[in-house]
Amino acid sequence: MRLLRFLALFMFLGSTAVAQSPTYGVGSTPSEEEIRAWDIAISPTGEELPPGRGTSQEGELVYRRQCASCHGVDGEGAGAPRLVKRDESQVDPWDYGRILPIRSPYATGVWDYINRGMPVNREGTLTADQVYALTAYLLYLNDVISEDDVLDDQNLAKIEMPNRDNFADLPDWKRGMQRFPGYPF
Amino acid sequence: MGARRPDRRNFLKGSAAVAGGLTLGAVEPALGQTTASGGFIKGNEELTLYGERSRHVTSLRMAHPPAGRPSPDAYGKYFHIAAPLQDSVGTITPSSLHFVGTTRGAFIPDIDPQEHRLMIHGMVDRPLTFTMEDLKRLPSETRPHFIECAGNRSRPQYKTVQETHGMTSCAEWTGVPLSLLLKEAGVKDSAPWIVCEGEEEVKGASSIPMEKAMDDCLVAYGMNGEAVRPQNGFPLRLLVPGFEGIFNTKYLRRIKVVDRYYMTYNDYGHLNRRDDEVGAALGMLIGPKSVITFPSGGQQLPERGFYEVSGLAWSGGGAISRVEISTDGGRRWEDAEIQGTAHPMSHTRFSYQWTWDGQETELLSRSTDDTGQVQPTRAQIAEFFGERVDDESFRVRGMDNSVQPWRIASDGSVHNAIT
Repeated sequence: MRLLRFLALFMFLGSTAVAQSPTYGVGSTPSEEEIRAWDIAISPTGEELPPGRGTSQEGELVYRRQCASCHGVDGEGAGAPRLVKRDESQVDPWDYGRILPIRSPYATGVWDYINRGMPVNREGTLTADQVYALTAYLLYLNDVISEDDVLDDQNLAKIEMPNRDNFADLPDWKRGMQRFPGYPF
Repeated sequence: MGARRPDRRNFLKGSAAVAGGLTLGAVEPALGQTTASGGFIKGNEELTLYGERSRHVTSLRMAHPPAGRPSPDAYGKYFHIAAPLQDSVGTITPSSLHFVGTTRGAFIPDIDPQEHRLMIHGMVDRPLTFTMEDLKRLPSETRPHFIECAGNRSRPQYKTVQETHGMTSCAEWTGVPLSLLLKEAGVKDSAPWIVCEGEEEVKGASSIPMEKAMDDCLVAYGMNGEAVRPQNGFPLRLLVPGFEGIFNTKYLRRIKVVDRYYMTYNDYGHLNRRDDEVGAALGMLIGPKSVITFPSGGQQLPERGFYEVSGLAWSGGGAISRVEISTDGGRRWEDAEIQGTAHPMSHTRFSYQWTWDGQETELLSRSTDDTGQVQPTRAQIAEFFGERVDDESFRVRGMDNSVQPWRIASDGSVHNAIT
C-alpha cells in the first residue's frame, strides 16, 4: 500500500515534470546580459527603459545637430514627417494629425521610436540620455510637458499623453471570426 | 516525349481553332522538324548553376505607388515594390517578383545566417535562443500564404492591376510553427500578447495576440522551395496568415512574450480613435478580396470572341469558398471555377469562360470565404456605413477589399473603372 502511494506520487510528479519540460530540447539559454541587450521594445509601463535623464533644453541642442536637417528647425517644414501638432485650437487630440509625439498614447512609444529608428542612417548612435532629452524636447514642443521638466526612466511612463485612453482596442482575435461583428464584408 | 508528340500537336491545333486568337505561327514548328525561331541559347556555366527565364519574358515589378516614392531611393533604400499580377498564372508569386513593403523605407540587411539568432523570452519558463541550424532540426510545415500590404488600395488614377492590387503576393512558405517554439519556451498562462521584432536598422516590431500566435503563425526560413529572399526577410521571417502585411515581421530575431499590447511604432500605425473600433478591426484582418488579372487595366483584347477570364481571390478569414463574375457591370453574377485547392489565407486562382460580343462592358469579380464573409462593392460599403459612394470624402475603411471593376471599351482596350 505504501509502495502504491509512493508510486502514485512518483507518477504524479513525473507527469508534471513532463508537461513543463521542452519536447525537443533544441536551442540554448540566453544569458541575462544577452536578453537585456536585445530587450528594446518599451512597454507602456516603461519597465525596459535603461537608466538616463534629459530635459527639453538639452534635447533642443541634440535636435538641432541631428534632426533639424530632415525634420525642420521647429519640427516642421522639411522632408521628414512633421513633429509638432498642426492646430493649437483643436480640442480633440486626434485632429492634431498623425504626429507621433502628440498622437502616441504613451510617451514610452515616442522614446522607443527615437531609440530604435533615429536618426535615419545612423540608428543606434544616440545615448540613452540623448533619447530622453529628445523625447522631452518633442513633448515640450507639443505642450505635453513644460520646458524645465526632467524626463527619466522613472517618470517617462507616468506622463499623461492626450490620447492615453483615447484609442480603439484591436478586436480580440479568434479563429474564424468575422473582421468586425455584424460587418458582412 | 517523342511518342506523345502527335497528341500534343493535335491538342494545339484543336485549341487554336477554338480560341481563334492564337496565331498559327505558334503551332507550325510542331508540324515538322524545324529549328527554333530564334536559334539556340548556348549553354554556359552560370545557366548550369542557376536558371534564367526567357529573354522574351519581361514581366517586372515596379516601385509603388506609381509616381510616388522611388525604390530604391537616392540612399539605396527600398520603400514599396508591386508585383506584376497582370502577367501572373497559377497562385504562387515567383520570389523574384514577390511584392516588397517596408515600414518607412529601409536598407535590406545583409544577414549572415550563421550569425543569426532568434531569441524567445519574457513571460516564459525558459528563455531560448535558436540558431538557424537549430530551427531546421525542428518539425516543419509548408503552406501557401499570401501577404498583403495595408496600402494595397485601388485608386481612380491607377491604370493596371499591378498599380491597383500589386502589393499582394503569395508564396509557399516553409518553417517551424510559432506555437511549437512558444511551447518549447513554456508560455506563462496569463500572457496575452507577443512582440515580434526584426533585425533591420529600424528593428520593426509588432504586437500580435497570443491566440493567433498559438494558432497558425509560421517562423519561416523557406520560400518557394529555397531560402527566403533578402527583400522578403532572409534568413527568417514571421508569417501571420491573414493579418495585415506589417505583422509579418521580416528578419525575425526576437519574440517577447508580454502582458499587454505594447504600442510599438508598427502598432502605432494601427491606431484608431476610441470611437472607431470598426477602423481598428478592419485594419487588422484582411477581408475577402479578388481581382481579375486577365483581362485587366492596360491590356488589349485583339478581337471579339472567346476569352478565359482569370484572376486571384484571397481572404484573411480563411479559404476562398466561392468566386462570382459579372460581365455586365454587376447586373448578373455567375460562379467562376476555382482552380485546384483553395488553401486558407492563400491566393486562389479562378477562371471563367467568356465570349466577348464586342460591346463596351464592365468585368467584375467578388469572392466569398469559408467564414461567409463576402467581398463588397464600394457602394455596398458606403451604404453599410450610411455614406455616399460618390462623395469625395468617401473612403473604404481599413484594408480596402472592394470589388475592382474593369471597363472593356468597344475597341478592346481595358480600363480601371473605379471613379
